[in-house]
Amino acid sequence: MTAAPVVLASGAALGYGGDPVLEDLDFAVPAGTSVCVLGPNGGGKTTLFAGLVGALAPTAGELEVQGRPAYVAQTDRTRLDFPVSALDVALMGSLAGGRWWLPASRADRRAASLSLERVGLESESGTRFGELSGGQRQRVLIARALVQDARVLLLDEPLGGVDPASAEGIEGLFSALRDEGRTLLVSTHDVQSARAFDVVLCLNRRQVAFGPPDEALGRDILEATYGSEIVVLDGGDGPVRAVTVQHHEH
Amino acid sequence: MDVLDLLLDPLRSGIDRRALAEVALLGAVCGGLSFWVVGYRLAYPAESLAHGLLPGLVLASLAGAPLVLGAVAGVAVAAGLVALAARDERIDADAATAVVVTGMFGLGALLALAPETPARLGELLFGDPLGVTDADLVAAGALVVVGGLALAVLHRPLAATAFDPAGARSLGLAPNRVELALLLLLALALSVAVTGLGSLLVLAVLVAPAVAVRRHASSPAAAMAAGAGLAVAAGVTGIYASHHLGSAAGASVALALVLAAVVGTLWPRPAAAARRSPAGG
Repeated sequence: MTAAPVVLASGAALGYGGDPVLEDLDFAVPAGTSVCVLGPNGGGKTTLFAGLVGALAPTAGELEVQGRPAYVAQTDRTRLDFPVSALDVALMGSLAGGRWWLPASRADRRAASLSLERVGLESESGTRFGELSGGQRQRVLIARALVQDARVLLLDEPLGGVDPASAEGIEGLFSALRDEGRTLLVSTHDVQSARAFDVVLCLNRRQVAFGPPDEALGRDILEATYGSEIVVLDGGDGPVRAVTVQHHEH
Repeated sequence: MDVLDLLLDPLRSGIDRRALAEVALLGAVCGGLSFWVVGYRLAYPAESLAHGLLPGLVLASLAGAPLVLGAVAGVAVAAGLVALAARDERIDADAATAVVVTGMFGLGALLALAPETPARLGELLFGDPLGVTDADLVAAGALVVVGGLALAVLHRPLAATAFDPAGARSLGLAPNRVELALLLLLALALSVAVTGLGSLLVLAVLVAPAVAVRRHASSPAAAMAAGAGLAVAAGVTGIYASHHLGSAAGASVALALVLAAVVGTLWPRPAAAARRSPAGG
């Protein structure tokens, strides 16, 4: 494939002043690709997304995204007590049109309703966002990204705290979005779910690997990504099975 | 005295009519604005500015200048000093703010209590709705127009940013600028409202209405409308109470607002909402 990449990092480093939090980023993502961004907590996944939405400028190298990416936060990072309905949240996507000072138009409302339908939540359009389940909230935020008509979607641990049935539905949505040519970067610390993606980007304060799951999920790379946080269950000739151990230092 | 007299009596006095107009105008705009003040967690900055502007108010009063001009200058100086002190990394921002504001408040009291100055400190601290001038009413009316327009134009960015700041940035909004616009609007509202309700009590109208209605509203617009209505009602109730009971007008308005906040907080939410969020959010 020789199409121009929609997300491109060349020698990029990101940080908040002082030493970089994430460095040696070198990858190119073509359109219509699903990328799993894998790494331990504190490995730089959220920092990478901050760089891609433009909240952080690279301290070295270049980091480029074609168009403006949509950012889908972990839903507990949103204000769950804020009085907005699912439809109101989807409607926020139309602000990307730039005319923020005008009320939402009828066309905007139609687009928001259609997006909620697309994610299977048309029956919940009037429900308060904070009263939806974790999986439903995630889908509402994806509907907002669809109204925004973003070609690149950044999803921060979208399956964290979501029940298995909802997770399956959301993963189905990911495939559908990729099939229509959108590019998805999905962060997770779950190694098993990474196999379903086209490409895996392993981060641990620097880029450890970037490639198809078969290459990027080998034992050496996983150990370099997670260090002592990983337990490799079996290896040999078949695919590596591994679980990560989260250290809580409270 | 029958009920009709109870209601009409204050309207027969020019002083009370003006006080009612003043609290109604201020309540309409500040009650709506309060939803965002609380939503953006600006209650403490608002209180700091309200207290820190006192020297401006006192100097305007001593010079015989319009109080609102003194309040605007006072807010600008207090905000500048707070921003400057908060940049000092040796002390944390809250402590720096507290020190600056206490210093400004002390300076204001010192100026107002100097032997040769007229004794108006009480009015500046606790408000004097019964003493509003035509100029005060014009200022309040202008605030309703300007503040209402600003809130209408900023409505969607304010809601999207309050709900999800990181997401708002990816929608092309600048969260810092949205918050700055809100702060400027807050400073303007404070400067006008402080001339009627006083440096110590003005915070009531900028926080209490939102606290009262927040848990019950279905949308930001509904919360703003309910907050505005509640603030007008509480303001009018306060002036009536002051008329009939002889209580201090500014304090009566503030207490009516706080009472509304307490009732609104304790009032149960609709059954459906309560059932669906057991944490009580």
